[in-house]
Amino acid sequence: MVQIKRIQEDGVDIIVPIGEVDASSSIELDLVIAKSVGEGYTKMLVDCTALEYISSAGLGVFMSYIEEFKDKHISMVLFGMNQRVANTFEILGLKELLTIASDKAQAKQLIA
Amino acid sequence: MKNTYRVGCSIENLRGIRDFIRNSLKPYGVGELDISEMVLAMDEMCSNLMIHAHQCNPDDLFELTVSLDRDKNVVFEIVDDKSVFDINAFQEPDLNYIVHEKRKGGLGIRLVKAIMDSVEYIQRNGKTVCRLTKKVQFV
Repeated sequence: MVQIKRIQEDGVDIIVPIGEVDASSSIELDLVIAKSVGEGYTKMLVDCTALEYISSAGLGVFMSYIEEFKDKHISMVLFGMNQRVANTFEILGLKELLTIASDKAQAKQLIA
Repeated sequence: MKNTYRVGCSIENLRGIRDFIRNSLKPYGVGELDISEMVLAMDEMCSNLMIHAHQCNPDDLFELTVSLDRDKNVVFEIVDDKSVFDINAFQEPDLNYIVHEKRKGGLGIRLVKAIMDSVEYIQRNGKTVCRLTKKVQFV
């Protein structure tokens, strides 16, 4: 189960998934990102500090937006992953395809 | 050690499967990163089975067992009435292709193959058994 919050700071949309993103809950992550895009945000941070688990269904959501973000000049930076979550991204080589920062300060620098 | 979990094919049950695996392996001192990787791999295998073989029908049950073999490898078995999709016969798509096609799927099998040391399929008592093995670190 996942709960997803959104916070807007200085024109940046911060998406905060709390809990576990799996095949049953990845749709919620997808809807929140789609909503942010629909509202016209071009800078998106994903705060992963409270993300306890992500399966390939959740990873697939991020992957599916890469092309659209390129086309629409939207930048997204993920930050604050715990070791287990970071390892999941690493196993699949997604660190090469997505922008991942260690903390919020670094994420804000990368998205500026 | 051999623990068994019978579960209905609703993807809402994936969380219970993950807890079952964590709770089964933690007392035996299996390293935390190894446990989290195997949880991920088995989540993928079980969600694939629930979605593709059983169309998420919660009344369809399958059995998941976790055990340690003589060499202290962790062994999982998924026992199901239906024929289980053989992931060894599946060529996973290139990551760039997934990005280009804006696909949300296609990553799970890649994860399972990267994490587990072997995936075998056998027939036992008229049922299909998918056996996945991984050598792990103990703490």
